[in-house]
Amino acid sequence: MDGTTNTGGRSIAATLTGASVKFGSFTALSNISLEIGEGQFWTILGPSGCGKSTMLRLVSDLLPPADGTVEILGKSTEAARLAREFAFVFQDATLLPWRTALKNVELPLEMGRKRGIPIPQGDRTPMELLELVGLKGRENALPHELSGGMRQRVAIARALVCQPKLLLMDEPFGALDEMTRDRLNMQLLEIWRETGVTCLFVTHSIPEAVLLGQKVLMLRAHPGRVKEVVDINLPEPRAVDLRETAEFNEYSSYLRKSLEDC
Amino acid sequence: MAVTELLPEAAEEKPPSQLGQRLTNAAVPIGTAITLLLIWQFGVRFFEVPTYIAPAPTDVLAVFRDRFDILATNFWPTFTISVAGFFAGNLAAILIAVTFVHSRAAERAFFPIAVFINTIPILAIAPILVLIFGPGMTSKVVIAGLICFFPTLVNMVRGLQSVSPQTLELARILSASKSEIFWKMRLPSSMPFLFSALKIAATTCVIGAIVSEWIGANVGLGALIIDSTFNFRSPMLYATVFMSSGLSVLLFSLVTITEKLVVRW
Repeated sequence: MDGTTNTGGRSIAATLTGASVKFGSFTALSNISLEIGEGQFWTILGPSGCGKSTMLRLVSDLLPPADGTVEILGKSTEAARLAREFAFVFQDATLLPWRTALKNVELPLEMGRKRGIPIPQGDRTPMELLELVGLKGRENALPHELSGGMRQRVAIARALVCQPKLLLMDEPFGALDEMTRDRLNMQLLEIWRETGVTCLFVTHSIPEAVLLGQKVLMLRAHPGRVKEVVDINLPEPRAVDLRETAEFNEYSSYLRKSLEDC
Repeated sequence: MAVTELLPEAAEEKPPSQLGQRLTNAAVPIGTAITLLLIWQFGVRFFEVPTYIAPAPTDVLAVFRDRFDILATNFWPTFTISVAGFFAGNLAAILIAVTFVHSRAAERAFFPIAVFINTIPILAIAPILVLIFGPGMTSKVVIAGLICFFPTLVNMVRGLQSVSPQTLELARILSASKSEIFWKMRLPSSMPFLFSALKIAATTCVIGAIVSEWIGANVGLGALIIDSTFNFRSPMLYATVFMSSGLSVLLFSLVTITEKLVVRW
């Protein structure tokens, strides 16, 4: 309806073809086939232990596929990693505590020099990115002087510094209080609209999945595999008060039922 | 910069009670110490304890006043050995810790030997080291260094390994090389661990230096302790002991100040 959910004719950001991940004899993910269109916002839901995080680690070349293939923008995950096509935001901000906010954002520009490919410089300077996430004036603060929400915003700015095409987020706001989470959700959507980055966002909150996602990927556990992909056709740009609408609640209750019989 | 900017804010929260609290915190131990010294002074005089068994605090003070030249002459050799041992022992420990973290094989091969050397009492191994390195400066520095070595090795290995798994995943996503991970992540992460070991080493290196001077030295606080003991010059012995602990406090303070400057997070 909104024109962005349709992948026809658009380029593909990530393709998984029959991809599996095994830890010894344990199958964490089995036979995952997906096409993630460029510029889309996907949220990933599923019962705990269904391999949500494993899937992000598969896409980000942290884990190798046991079977099948994963491609990012037509490249292998390794080539995409070397070219900085994607960035990762962890549940914990994972900032280096001895570096200021600005120095943390600059970290990706300093590391990986020996990999033989020049480090891509984004359109925005680290300082502008801190401004984008609303941390102007705090660039010299050390992580322990920032709140949890601020730290996570520094982590997002750091992820954007090489201007990735694909942003992988593993429950980035899971540890934050609801007010902060709402604010950061809206800020993230703004960044997404502005930069056109493709987002893969793992969450265990159904409202968050519906509020952010154009598509919700529902995984099922033991072994982890795709249960269904739900298109969320809500008016854009999304806002927090969308949660009080009947449509939103329909999607939420549908996903809740789907999650229950996983 | 940010730290110094934040400090006044923190201090402004409740300035009057904090100053009062600080004075009380300082007054209690100082008062206790003065009281104990007074009891000692009057106890020694009242029970007429001979000076060579237990000198009065005023006798010890008199040594500091009249014979300070002797104390100072013997202070500097011990200071030099302590500081040289501190640097040599800790540097060796840091380098070996770096090797251990990068090579499991090296850790498996040499860590048990390091533990074994650490179990030998310093007093027992000191004569062996004097036989090996001769009675000069080298053996003394080795003894002072050896006593610093083990705590720093253990702490440094732990510090270098204290990088979180997520931080290492971040490094992998950034395609960081091993040396980049070492210089930008492992080494800074290890600093708090290193400094807690260095604080231990700041006091133990003085013990090592004094023990080394017990075995064939004619200058230094260790030699002065032996000399004063054998000649029943108890006030001098006590003054030397205070000089030794003063040296430890000095080195400990220097390490603490350095830590404040380096570890700001």
